[in-house]
Amino acid sequence: MSPSTPDLVPYDEALSRYAPVLGLEVHVELSTASKMFCGCPTGFGAEPNTQVCPVCLGLPGALPVMNAEAVDAVIRIGLALGCDIAPWCRFARKNYFYPDMPKNFQISQYDEPIAYGGSLDVMIDTDDGPQTFTVGIERAHMEEDTGKSLHVGGATGRIHGAQHSLVDYNRAGIPLIEIVTKPVPGLGKYVPELARAYVGELRDILRSLDVSDVRMEQGSLRCDVNVSIAPVGAAEWGKRTETKNVNSLRSVERAVRYEIGRQAAVLDAGGTVKQETRHWQEGSGTTAPGRSKEEAEDYRYFPEPDLVPIAPTPERVEELRGTLPELPRALRVRLLGEWQLSPLDMQALINAGAVDLVVATVAAGAPPADARKWWLGELARAANETGTELSALPVTPAQVAQVVELVADGALNDKLARQVLEGVLAGEGEPDEIVAARGLAVVSDEGALGKAVDAAIAGNPDVAGKIRDGKVAATGALVGAVMKATRGQADAARVRELLLERLGPPE
Amino acid sequence: MTDSSTGDLVRRTAVDLAAMITKGEATAVEVAQAHLDRIDAVDGRIHAFLHVDHQGALAAAAAVDAKRSAGESLGTLAGVPLALKDVFTTAGIPTTAGSKILEGWRPPYDAALVERLRAADIVILGKTNCDEFAMGSSTENSAYGPTHNPWDETRIPGGSGGGSSAALAAHFAPLAIGTDTGGSIRQPAAVTGTVGVKPTYGGVSRYGLIACASSLDQGGPCARNVLDAALLHEVIAGHDPRDATSIDQAVPAVVEAARRREIGGMRIGVVREFAGEGYEPGVLASVRAAIDVLTELGADVVEVSCPSFTYALPAYYLILPSEVSSNLARFDAMRFGLRVGDDGTHSAEEVMAMTRGAGFGPEVKRRIILGTYALSSGYFDAYYGQAQKVRTLIARDFAAAFDQVDVLVSPTTPTTAFPLGERADDPLAMYLADLCTIPANLAGNAAMSLPVGLSDGLPVGLQVMAPVLADDRLYRVAGALEHALDDRRGHALLEKAPTL
Repeated sequence: MSPSTPDLVPYDEALSRYAPVLGLEVHVELSTASKMFCGCPTGFGAEPNTQVCPVCLGLPGALPVMNAEAVDAVIRIGLALGCDIAPWCRFARKNYFYPDMPKNFQISQYDEPIAYGGSLDVMIDTDDGPQTFTVGIERAHMEEDTGKSLHVGGATGRIHGAQHSLVDYNRAGIPLIEIVTKPVPGLGKYVPELARAYVGELRDILRSLDVSDVRMEQGSLRCDVNVSIAPVGAAEWGKRTETKNVNSLRSVERAVRYEIGRQAAVLDAGGTVKQETRHWQEGSGTTAPGRSKEEAEDYRYFPEPDLVPIAPTPERVEELRGTLPELPRALRVRLLGEWQLSPLDMQALINAGAVDLVVATVAAGAPPADARKWWLGELARAANETGTELSALPVTPAQVAQVVELVADGALNDKLARQVLEGVLAGEGEPDEIVAARGLAVVSDEGALGKAVDAAIAGNPDVAGKIRDGKVAATGALVGAVMKATRGQADAARVRELLLERLGPPE
Repeated sequence: MTDSSTGDLVRRTAVDLAAMITKGEATAVEVAQAHLDRIDAVDGRIHAFLHVDHQGALAAAAAVDAKRSAGESLGTLAGVPLALKDVFTTAGIPTTAGSKILEGWRPPYDAALVERLRAADIVILGKTNCDEFAMGSSTENSAYGPTHNPWDETRIPGGSGGGSSAALAAHFAPLAIGTDTGGSIRQPAAVTGTVGVKPTYGGVSRYGLIACASSLDQGGPCARNVLDAALLHEVIAGHDPRDATSIDQAVPAVVEAARRREIGGMRIGVVREFAGEGYEPGVLASVRAAIDVLTELGADVVEVSCPSFTYALPAYYLILPSEVSSNLARFDAMRFGLRVGDDGTHSAEEVMAMTRGAGFGPEVKRRIILGTYALSSGYFDAYYGQAQKVRTLIARDFAAAFDQVDVLVSPTTPTTAFPLGERADDPLAMYLADLCTIPANLAGNAAMSLPVGLSDGLPVGLQVMAPVLADDRLYRVAGALEHALDDRRGHALLEKAPTL
């Protein structure tokens, strides 16, 4: 569906007449060793139904026991988001039937979230340069993940129209933290960027807390996007839709943008926006309605009688506050000074999701400028081409630092270094292994290099003559000839030195 | 071994049997076989068991004998047979909770309580009948047919744990396990002339106990005398990290208390609200006589009022169904048990609905519907919320009473065993059987029933209630009273029961 179809009002036009309100619900799978309420492992990608036990399968008689590590994690998340921590709260049962919910209720929190009332500052590019907006955090609470259904047959891959379904309960019971924003009104056209920046910032915080893998493509960070629009100046907000299945930062932005355009078209046509759950379709870049329910779901929440209340002492909360790392925002302020970056440079790093990667690369020994150059250059290009996040590329900061070091040592030049990184991304091994396997080392054998230089001088007598006459600028042509002869594997700076040694140093 | 000595073995106490096995006067296999033989001969009439595990029981008994031969020390109840209510999971052994929806299910794991029984070398004979998912007071709600009271086979054995109480009264086993959500251990004990204890909530692990109502359920010991119950209590109680509501404290000294047989100076409160209209005169007379004996034994008996106890029954019938409606949602045909309609023409949702429609009995459905309604949005505060407030009031009544007295006593149930079928179509009349037992579940207290007499030839139970974690007080009072009553009578009450 292209923006020109009548179902979608072009974005700028929509924004000229409608004011959007944004809300975001982010689900984070914690990377605890075991599940929320049993001892099963939480690793991603295991054979279906191998990480299960009576508890997470919801077998008769099995009982949940709270994972203390998960409680610590959510308290730390709450503190990092400036939330208050409830001195006493309970789990609740959310009752609904679904095949991938083993007990047909989800243990969650309802009116007693463990963390509430925080905020998160997010920086986005505006027409007036980078600006910071504060997003209110309504609450963060704990719950258990469901299993995963695979619907076989049918057109959509969803349960409707499927011939049969397979259920994998490995994910059932993995600790999940739900972080809900307060509604964000008044941002106008910046809403899609804010949504993306918020999720990115939150992801960075969660990563710095070391509580989750925060891999959107693996589902360890999932985002539900709530959007409503109302005519500019209207007293009341519009009906909101909740879009699920948004699996990348880019999709967050696109989904918000799409919903604004779609809802504008509905209102323009004199219709009303249905309050409903919709699904993001990555391929078409559109949202589609979920299965419509005839009446509102009543989850019949009540306090979970199989678990005891959670009552962290103030001392424990302070102890956990003491474990908080330097949060990304503070880190960036510090780096601006240490790396001597402009706010625009920093924004470029943030937009690319590269801050933590560069920090890690620097920590592994690379100079900040080189680390930035590779992550924002070659690697950003690779990420773009494959449509993944920078952090999802199969290359580690340590590997990048190794490549930087090889260049600094003169073993590689930039061109060869790019080939080495290509090899790393292709899974060919560590940088030094790829250098050896692909034969990419700079020709550093002085004898061989000397012969190539001599050959270039002999083959280009007129250029050599100009250099002898003091026209040093002409050296470039001979360097090019040597590089060509060595198939790019020479260190250009050294070739230049050798040429000038032979053709006489300029006065 | 002659038939008469076999008959003797099944009439002995658990304490005696354990001693005989330890001394080599009988092997554990002989003891198990004697009980299995009696079950095979008589249970056709009583229907106490849903599943008899001949092979498993004899193997467990043989292991005890092997341990003894090897000179290993044996536990206090090693080799003693036990009847297990069919709401505890047993690895590889059918577990139904009295429901069609679990017919044929063999759990992959043992309940925590079952692990403790096995670790103590107790021989599990089989799984006993009960009302479906422990909902009922007569075992008539079992999907597999009712159990008959050994005192009068036309009458109910109590419920939900009627299979366990009947197994004791019929001498199928000297020990049994029950669960008590609103009286399911105590009321069956009362109407079968046996002893049944509901420990303090959290005293016995619920891991592997198929839930009826999580905040009320409690497994506990059943026996033919107080000391046997105490010994079993000691085996099954104690902290379990797999049950978050399990209490991490030392088990009260119940065995010592049961052996004490002395209550001089104990303060005993008689609950004023549990007498009068609806109570059988014969029940009240037996209870009164037992209270007189307590006075004679030196206890200081006073009347105590617990006004909120009157609201216990309605509050219970909101909290219980609410939890039931959620706990029983997992029976959906997806992972275990019955599956109906899976013929390729029905959606998963339809298969779930068809299975639940066919697999659950009428009382279970009634409570699921009640609970679903009570929890629904807009009604939660008026029903579940109010009921929780009543629960707090009841706990306060208990606290106030225990400021004045050490234990409370009352009839266990207003009537003796009623005829099978009498209340089957009248849920409200059936619910009244638990009138006196429910407050202890709502407050989490320890409580027990012990036999104190007969009314028109049928047993009457006295309920004793103690504060949370004071389970030992139950045994102290019951041990002394049982001793005094047996002494006056010249024999245990159960000896009046038909020999079958």
